[in-house]
Order: sequence, then structure tokens, then C-alpha cells
Amino acid sequence: MEQAKEKLRAFIGRHTGGRVIDDDDRIFAAGFVNSMFAMQLVLFLEKNFQIAIGNDDLDLKNFQTINAMVDLIGRKAAPPQTNAR
Amino acid sequence: MELNSQQQRLRSEFWQFVDVHVVPFANAWDRQEIMPPEIVRQMANHGYLGALVPVGKGGAGFDSVEFGLLNEELGRGCSSLRSLLTVHSMVALTVSRWGTENLKMQWLEKLGQGQAIGAFAITEAEAGSDAREIRTEAIECGDDFVLTGHKKWITFGQMADLFLVFADSQRGHCAFVLERDTPGLVILPVHGMLGTRASMMAELRLEQCRIPKQNLVGAPGFGLSHIASSALDCGRYSVAWGCVGIGQACLESCLQYSGQRKQSGVLLRERQLIQRMITQMVAGVKAARLLCYHAGQLRDAGDPTSIIETSIAKYFACRTAAEIARDAVQIHGANGCSSEYPVERFYRDSKIMEIVEGSNEIQEITIARSAFESVTETATATR
Repeated sequence: MEQAKEKLRAFIGRHTGGRVIDDDDRIFAAGFVNSMFAMQLVLFLEKNFQIAIGNDDLDLKNFQTINAMVDLIGRKAAPPQTNAR
Repeated sequence: MELNSQQQRLRSEFWQFVDVHVVPFANAWDRQEIMPPEIVRQMANHGYLGALVPVGKGGAGFDSVEFGLLNEELGRGCSSLRSLLTVHSMVALTVSRWGTENLKMQWLEKLGQGQAIGAFAITEAEAGSDAREIRTEAIECGDDFVLTGHKKWITFGQMADLFLVFADSQRGHCAFVLERDTPGLVILPVHGMLGTRASMMAELRLEQCRIPKQNLVGAPGFGLSHIASSALDCGRYSVAWGCVGIGQACLESCLQYSGQRKQSGVLLRERQLIQRMITQMVAGVKAARLLCYHAGQLRDAGDPTSIIETSIAKYFACRTAAEIARDAVQIHGANGCSSEYPVERFYRDSKIMEIVEGSNEIQEITIARSAFESVTETATATR
């Protein structure tokens, strides 16, 4: 998890003029990033964490902070739950 | 840059398709401001309208380089037809990437097979470069949205069966699938444009168009940041390759013309000032094509830098095509100003490319910002 946060911090930092981003900083609300960043972030998450982001994931809560994105990665990467025993 | 065997085979197929079905007719389509349904059917029959739709969903499932090669060849023949591929692919990609399962089931196969034509409806009279200015409204009303507004300069709006429409709502910007036969949707042809005259452009008047909430693509508030952004990224990539095609077509016309036309008893090709223009065309086309390949490879790798590299390719290819087309008219002299030769069409079409899918000036802002970010990144890394 810490590794994922580090990767995210480095990526976001590249798009925020080197600004240090805390795990709970709301990166979109603070206006740190430009309009192109949203899709760059989606591609970054997909490529680096082998997840696919689709319609159901489009909730601002999923992308607001580093902690939220790490949660999203955890949920997407987890194998689907099954009732089979 | 070396193409793999599949890409080479497809390039050869695209080249032949354009030489047989497009080049002989493109000037007439331009003059008549019409795209005949027959050529659209041909595109569908060859699978080209499903270029970006996965094979399992009824499409051709081209990779980014293959899609680019198709755009180059179509751009070489007719930018209006290439613009059909652009907007249709933008819609198909959006439904594929961001659509609900219901929307995918309803539309993806039809789009992939060309049984339904898609068009991208974001632009308004007062909302061009800054899409946040759109005034089309989406009001939530029970299980529906009611759309009211006025879209302008919608490529293939006269022909489209469904539109990807962008509107503002109380929960932010939204994207919707809007069917052509929706009550309240009035489609008015637009004529007399400078270029891509056969692109069946239309105005859309949305007069209280009521559509079910399941026609929403993505979530409210994500209409511009994710839905429009990813579609326009695809559009820029398509236009960039199309501009390589315009440049290539101009170059080929000039090589042929300057080998036939004599001035003061000397073939134009012997004139050094002509040779300089030809050299600039050759170098420009090759450089633009390489930038497009580079962007294509990054896109296939899902690399986040593909977005800025696509902008760079689009910026360079559009400027290059415009410069080449201007010189092509110059080399052809009075003939270049006549509709008997295709270069005057290339010249008009190339100007459009400097405006659509992010004008040159918008690309300059974007690319410069990215460059400044990379400097900051380097400085941060060395601290």
C-alpha cells in the first residue's frame, strides 16, 4: 500500500509543479491540476496497477485523494467474492 | 519505424480502398457537399467503422497504429470521409469505454458494424475551445433527463443515427446518448463551410428532448473531464494521422505536376525553389508520421504520456499539412486555385484541421504547460 502511495505521490507531483501532496489532500478541489490530468490519472492507475476503470468507477470520491485511490486500487485488484465453498 | 506484417497488410488494403473508392470521387463530393451513403456502406462493409470496437463486440479491433494508418489513407483521399471515421470512432470508443452494459448492448455492435452512425455533439456557438462554456441544459425529471440547447457545426450531424451530446446539469457536466428520432430534436444542415465540405455538418436544436437516465454516459460531473476528454484525445489522434495523409497527397500531386509542367521551357522540378518546397514537404510528412507512430505506440501501451504526445503529434501534423497544402497550391499556380486539381481542396481542408479537436493555440497552451511541468519535475528530482 505504501508503495502505491509513493507511486501516486510521484505521479501527481509531476503534474502539480512538484507540490508535496499529502495522502488526504483533495487534489481536484484544490485546483492543483489541469483539465488533461483527469484522464492521465486514469491511464496511470490502469497501467501501473493493472486495473480497468470504467463507468461504475466514475465517482469523485474514488479520485479525490491518494488514500481514496489506494482504496480503489485495492477494491479493483481484489478477486471477486464468491459464495461457493 | 517498422510496421509489423499485419500493419503492412492493412496499410496496403487501406491504400487500395482509398485509391479505388475515394480518390476519384472526393472532389465531386466536396463540390456537392454530400457524402454518398454508398461510400459509408463500403466503409462499414470493410469493417472500418468498427475500427475501435473490440472484435468480440462486432468491430475490427484495430490497434492504435492500424487505426492511424487507416486515418492517413482516408486523409490522403478525402478529409470529409476521414472526419466520418473520426467522429464515429469517438462515439464508438466512448460507448465501449464508458457506457453502461445496457448502452453497450444496445449500440456497440451497431456502431461496430456501421449499422448506426455516431456523431459528437459538444460545440455550441459560444462554446468552442472552452467546453465549460456550453449552455445546453440537462434537467433531471423523474427517470428522465430533459435536454434543451443548441449545438453547432456537428460533423456528420445530417447523417448520424445517434449523438453523443454534452450538457450542463445541476450535478455538473454530463454526456448522453441521444437518438436521432428523439422528439424535440431538430437537425438543420450547415452549408458553405471553408473545408471538409462533404462532412454533412449540422446544427442541432434540442427542444426539450426527453431521454431516459440510462442514456447517461459515465456519471454526472464527469462529462468533460473524462468522457469528452477521452473522446477528444481519440479525435486528435485521428486528425493528426489524417493530416499526414493530406501532406502525403499534396506531395504526390506536386511530384507529378512539377514533372509535367514546363515554365520558360524548363520543367518545374528542375527549379531549385520548387525543390526546396518539395524537400520541406518530404521532411514534414515524414516527421509528422513519426510523431503519430510514437503517439500510437504509447496509446497501445496505455501510457499516460500518450495524451500529451497525441497533442504534440496533432499540433505538428496540422501545422505541417497547412504549410504543405499552401506550398502545393503555390507550385500548381492558377491550376492550384482551380477545383480541377485536388490541392485547392487539400488547402481548404488543412485549414479546418488547425481548428478542430483543439485549435493550434489550445495545443500550444497545453504543450507548453506540459513542458514547464517536466522542467519542474527535473528540478525537483535533482534537489
